Amino acid sequence: MSSPSSQSPPSPDRRWLIAFAWTWVGVPLAYGLYELVRKATQLFTG
Amino acid sequence: MSPPVAPPGWSRWLVPPAALSVHLSIGQAYAWSVFKPPLESALGLSGTQSALPFQLGIVMLGLSAAFGGTLVERNGPRWAMTVALVCFSSGFLLSALGAALEQYWLIVFGYGFVGGIGLGIGYISPVSTLIKWFPDRPGMATGIAIMGFGGGALIASPWSAQMLESFGGDSSGIALAFLVHGLSYAVFMLLGVLLVRVPGSAPQSRGPARPAATGPQVSANQAVRTPQFWCLWIVLCMNVTAGIGILEKAAPMITDFFADTSTPVSVTAAAGFVALLSAANMAGRIGWSSTSDLIGRKNIYRVYLGAGALMYALIALFGDTSKPLFILCALVILSFYGGGFATIPAYLKDLFGTHQVGAIHGRLLTAWSTAGVLGPLIVNWIADRQEEAGRHGASLYGMSFVIMIGLLVVGFVANELVRPVHPRHHIPAPKEAAHVQPQQSESA
Repeated sequence: MSSPSSQSPPSPDRRWLIAFAWTWVGVPLAYGLYELVRKATQLFTG
Repeated sequence: MSPPVAPPGWSRWLVPPAALSVHLSIGQAYAWSVFKPPLESALGLSGTQSALPFQLGIVMLGLSAAFGGTLVERNGPRWAMTVALVCFSSGFLLSALGAALEQYWLIVFGYGFVGGIGLGIGYISPVSTLIKWFPDRPGMATGIAIMGFGGGALIASPWSAQMLESFGGDSSGIALAFLVHGLSYAVFMLLGVLLVRVPGSAPQSRGPARPAATGPQVSANQAVRTPQFWCLWIVLCMNVTAGIGILEKAAPMITDFFADTSTPVSVTAAAGFVALLSAANMAGRIGWSSTSDLIGRKNIYRVYLGAGALMYALIALFGDTSKPLFILCALVILSFYGGGFATIPAYLKDLFGTHQVGAIHGRLLTAWSTAGVLGPLIVNWIADRQEEAGRHGASLYGMSFVIMIGLLVVGFVANELVRPVHPRHHIPAPKEAAHVQPQQSESA
């Protein structure tokens, strides 16, 4: 008799999906932050 | 629609980007002001009229979050994110039609009413799911999502401005910009719809061993009957009012404070100050909310409200003598403002359990709507009266700051009054036992 863990299929590797999902939201957020920093520096240079 | 249950091996780190794709989109609401000047010149509107879509949107956010929360809990996060996607994008598409036909009422209805429903349902859509996936770090998890709402405006503001510059500020240019917004946000939010999963009972799910509802559970209908709910309502309302007090008049405030000094603040520098406040607001959402996982929810609100009052006192007493001190205190206040928003779902989870935390959060957001009216009203009304009385510079805001300190003290007391919920409000034991079963039954 096999144990329940030996019956379950190996779980798929989702590292690429995680990387894609974080890039999907990270790129626009990085753009927003870049624009923010550009504007915020005006406090010290403006 | 049954909630999508995570298959074995599903990573809980796929849920925050799903939540972010929704919050980064709906956070666009705070960048509505970019559309105001072109709308005013293209359709001959006043400033008050051009603000209507945003104002109706915020009202609808509060109403749909308050009344739609139970539906969100019942149907799950994928249903909620789909509703948010359809409503938010349709709002832009209707607005595009309205701009093309030069029918302003259609823009108000589309962006404000239809889009506003998307804002409310979208705002609460991932909260409950994130808390269930991250029972060990609920503050950090909801902090990531709610930080996204702040980040949405950072993205939309320059993006929309560039688009209007390319397409032109006439009605056809505005219509095209609305159309591109609607389609782009639909695609962007689709990631959340496709990725979001509620935790299953499978032992191979990466993350918490068993993120089932543990501890006392309180339904949304019962929660609003507890003093704890109303204490937190006051806490959130006071904290948000205090933050808006600075945010609402940040640019004129820093200009007025240092107008009579040897180093006056230019209009450009004041815009930079506003941008820096936005950064503090965002950083506070993730930073303070994550800290609450370590020091506890009640303690972090003691900091927001107690240290917030101290910061206001420092600005009122010494703000006009030192620019760095003024800026530092304002940044800390804004970080507490963001932190207050982001930590409240985890505080609700601590008191009422995960059973209907999204619905309870939705109802609590009426405190935000109230603060959204209260904060600007206090600061603007008092500044106007002080100006009429012949005051100028920092003295225009002295009374407002005293009131803000008072409000924060009221919030501090309300936070001190928060105690564990009385067992008579808990869901009866047999039903609690059912929650140890796979999560789909919990969300059903």
